[in-house]
Amino acid sequence: MGATVTTAATKENTWGGGNEPLKVSYGKMMMWYFILSDSLTFCGFLVGYGFTRYKFMDTWPIADEVFNHFPFLHGVHAPMYYVALMTFILIFSSVTMVLAVDAGHQMKKGKVATYMFLTILGGLVFLGSQAWEWKNFITGTYGAVETRGGSILHFVKGEGEEAKQIALSDFAIVDANRDEATLTRGKGTWFLKGPSAPTYSIEEIKAGLLANPDIKIRTQKTLENAETGRRYKEVLTREQSVERINDATIVVEGANLIRNEYGHKTFGDFFFFITGFHGFHVFTGILINVVIFFNVLLGTYQRRGSYEMVEKGGLYWHFVDLVWVFVFTFFYLV
Amino acid sequence: MAAEGAHQSNTKKIWKVFFILSLITIVEVVLGIFKPDSLHHVHIFGLSLLNYIFIILTIWKAYYIMWSFMHLEQEKSSFRWSVAGVLGFLCVYLITLVLIEGNYVYDVFHNSQYKWIF
Repeated sequence: MGATVTTAATKENTWGGGNEPLKVSYGKMMMWYFILSDSLTFCGFLVGYGFTRYKFMDTWPIADEVFNHFPFLHGVHAPMYYVALMTFILIFSSVTMVLAVDAGHQMKKGKVATYMFLTILGGLVFLGSQAWEWKNFITGTYGAVETRGGSILHFVKGEGEEAKQIALSDFAIVDANRDEATLTRGKGTWFLKGPSAPTYSIEEIKAGLLANPDIKIRTQKTLENAETGRRYKEVLTREQSVERINDATIVVEGANLIRNEYGHKTFGDFFFFITGFHGFHVFTGILINVVIFFNVLLGTYQRRGSYEMVEKGGLYWHFVDLVWVFVFTFFYLV
Repeated sequence: MAAEGAHQSNTKKIWKVFFILSLITIVEVVLGIFKPDSLHHVHIFGLSLLNYIFIILTIWKAYYIMWSFMHLEQEKSSFRWSVAGVLGFLCVYLITLVLIEGNYVYDVFHNSQYKWIF
């Protein structure tokens, strides 16, 4: 190396390390490139969702009819309010995060700690909200039946666009002698367990449908009002409904990875994977923030003379918010 | 830029951006709930005008988050675009190809002789 020192100091600067041509530290740059690659992963998920939705354009569930719950408003049709609330929670925790970064630039330890704490709190509230959303999605509200061909049938009252979905419990006629129950180990069958039996059997639902002349079946098929452009699901006539119920094979309540009561089978999968993968990112973001929070309290960054670690954690946290903005649009709005 | 602004507080700007982001979200939610017929009915390339508005608002929000909250604005432009440019190009490329393909598969299912979901 002695030779280079004598020739030119600039050469040493270029190749000797410690050079930042992009005027950004190594850690921050790598965080950015990690975010870039992770964004592409999310892009892949959302594009996969888009592909499937385009593929099943005329049978895809309408998001407003699925995500219409709000805490303490049981049975009220409240589309979107809840996800909007979740969006606000996440944007707000992004704001406290950027305030923490800002306080870090001014080397104000107390302020950084406070804002970091608020950010962690916001993240936890968001995760809790998502858990509630998942709970609603998994337990379901109405229940449906699946046909031989894998199509989901809903039960409604009313005509066309104004049809209101009703729950299986609203009309199914319970058969006291129903001989279909969950096989449990308690029944003396050692090491044997069967799938849990649905609350109502196909026969009970069929009996209920036949007994109530005002109930009709709503299919997965999406129709469009030619005048307003509004999309709604096709409702069969009473005669068609009575005929169609004969195709039913399985009672579907709520959602799992195989089938869901909302409609197309892949809808549930995409919901679980996209919001789950995002929720996992929120979770790891909280962990990172907790570690940074304690380091702030211990004065690690104060001694180091730079709060850049808060900035890097912040980048990740904003990225989580950024992804949610897109999930919100493509899963709930569009 | 980063060095100059290092010691002055940007609190005012942060709250301004928060206000803008909230406003955009509120507009999105209101449009999503009421779905005005005039916007919902107009289709351009098979997508309703309302959906275009949603997508533009979303990108607008993403711009504020990346440029302001993630301080991309203050980075050197070569670095800024090495992230945002690559991301933008690859996403648009993938979305275009895959959605065209999805549409094609829909046509195949729609026009084929066998029934898919029944």
